[in-house]
Amino acid sequence: MKKLYDRLADDIRFQEGMNACINCGTCTAICPAAEFYDYDPRRVVDLVQSKNEEEIEKLLRDDTIWFCGECMSCVTRCPRKNAPGLIIMAMRSLSQDLGYFTDSEKGRQQLALKRSIGKMILETGYCLYRRWVTPEAHPEGGPIWKWSFENVDDLYERLGCNLDGEGTGVLRKIPQQDLDELKRIFEVTGGMDRYEKIETYSAQKADEMGISIDDYITKSFLGV
Amino acid sequence: MKKEGKEQIWKDYQKEIPDNDFFYVRSCIRQNLFPASEVIFLKILREELGRNVFETPHHTTCGGIGYHSDIVPMETMMTIIARQFSLMTEAGFENYACSCITSFGLYSEVLETWHHFPKVLEKVRKDLKEATGREFKLPKTLSHASDVIYKVRHEIAEKAKYKLINKHTGKPLKVVEHIGCHYSKMFPNKGVGGAEYPYVLTGMVEAWGGEIIDYPERRHCCGFGFRQYLVQANRGYSLANTHKKFESMEPFEPDMIITNCPGCPFFLDRWQYVIAETEGKTYGGKNQGIPVFTYEEVAGMVLGYDPWDLGLQVHQIAVEPLLDKVGIPYNSETKYLGLDGKNLGKPELPKNICSC
Ligand code: SF4
Ligand code: SF4
Repeated sequence: MKKLYDRLADDIRFQEGMNACINCGTCTAICPAAEFYDYDPRRVVDLVQSKNEEEIEKLLRDDTIWFCGECMSCVTRCPRKNAPGLIIMAMRSLSQDLGYFTDSEKGRQQLALKRSIGKMILETGYCLYRRWVTPEAHPEGGPIWKWSFENVDDLYERLGCNLDGEGTGVLRKIPQQDLDELKRIFEVTGGMDRYEKIETYSAQKADEMGISIDDYITKSFLGV
Repeated sequence: MKKEGKEQIWKDYQKEIPDNDFFYVRSCIRQNLFPASEVIFLKILREELGRNVFETPHHTTCGGIGYHSDIVPMETMMTIIARQFSLMTEAGFENYACSCITSFGLYSEVLETWHHFPKVLEKVRKDLKEATGREFKLPKTLSHASDVIYKVRHEIAEKAKYKLINKHTGKPLKVVEHIGCHYSKMFPNKGVGGAEYPYVLTGMVEAWGGEIIDYPERRHCCGFGFRQYLVQANRGYSLANTHKKFESMEPFEPDMIITNCPGCPFFLDRWQYVIAETEGKTYGGKNQGIPVFTYEEVAGMVLGYDPWDLGLQVHQIAVEPLLDKVGIPYNSETKYLGLDGKNLGKPELPKNICSC
């Protein structure tokens, strides 16, 4: 099998983002994820540039790579023009390709994301679809979110939207022919393959853990 | 630094923003969270300022939220974007304007990637053709919708009914601006003022009479972090980052916040509510938050539009104290009504923070 480092190096984000790291820690200083989690982008970049296959595999199976928020604040600041955020993105792609993501608690959250955001994209053409974003899943949305959810048709009409309507306008229904084209793009470019891999590896892991796929999602989505 | 030096740096971070003829692409997040904002954008551009803004029913999400949640591969995202460009080409436009910062960051990333890796562009052309039969030209200009409002900010100021001035003191309102990480942190030369001196919102606020607050965590992320908010178990990340920003801006006593990104205003608004309800802490005085706005809403406010036509009733943090400061009239009775005065009931009131 091709070395993990070489597989990472095939990713153009890695080519763009991995120059010579001088271990200065500037990225870690600016990183919002490093403040919140036990996470150090400097260490990730340094481990990867060491080309130590064992260490890279560990990272690909670990929570660490899932802590980044992809804000790209590190990109502005790195004095060597590295992009830790892009390196992380390449690692997340590889971790999913190989099925390693199911070994970590944070990695297992990919199934919940695929089944929510991934579903909305293909079925509605939007990455967020108001009717499916419930107050129960978003208690932080507060009473206003609940009220607007319950009155979505009337409220959005009053605000001049075209919710699920024909033609142009805010939250119009995206025509089926366009959704079909979107799906074809997913098929041709590996999007569908990614979705299927997330499903397959997650189902295997749920089996291994002796839980149903619904429990697997609930556990990873709620963290309980 | 000497003035000439500053001017030189400033020149490096100017971008070309066309004056007219835009191919406008909507934002999934903005449409869902601040549904009136894009309505207002089009009204201002088309009806107030006579600009030509084209939109098509056929565009889709750019895939950005999926891409940054790592469930959508880069090749897929690039080809979706290529399809949007093909719709622009078909419509005969070359000035692409998008309404979302995540999209804007991706368009910038993709155009840059295609520039540096022509083979990738070739592959995307082939994939798009195979998947949809479509072809496309690259846009001549790429603007975020806020760049467009920035460009016309003085025209808006000329037509304005209100200024961002406290009518009781006569002093400019103290405004916090939040431009969103993906506007210019990756590609500083794609945003007005770059990553160091982002001026897109500051320019609007200054043109409309307000004053910008420079506080320590001004450039810190709002805390969206994609999977860090989208997955419920990770949401503490988002809350912690917003909290950090509010603690940092609090001593400067901001009157309001103006935002660039469609997601940031939601987090800055809603996490204030959560902090108030869980910790009893508020940042705008007793039981008051700091109201948070999209740039379209602020433009609409100074132009004198009815606050409830701007969608300010979908904010959790009350906007009325700010409207009172500026002297913008509103009718509390109609705030939560639907079309033709239809009664939609009223949202519950939070315990510790004012929502009306
Ligand atoms: S800022 Fe750049 S050079 Fe410094 S540790 Fe991070 S990646 Fe390495
Ligand atoms: S992109 Fe990731 S690693 Fe870089 S600053 Fe943001 S959270 Fe940290």
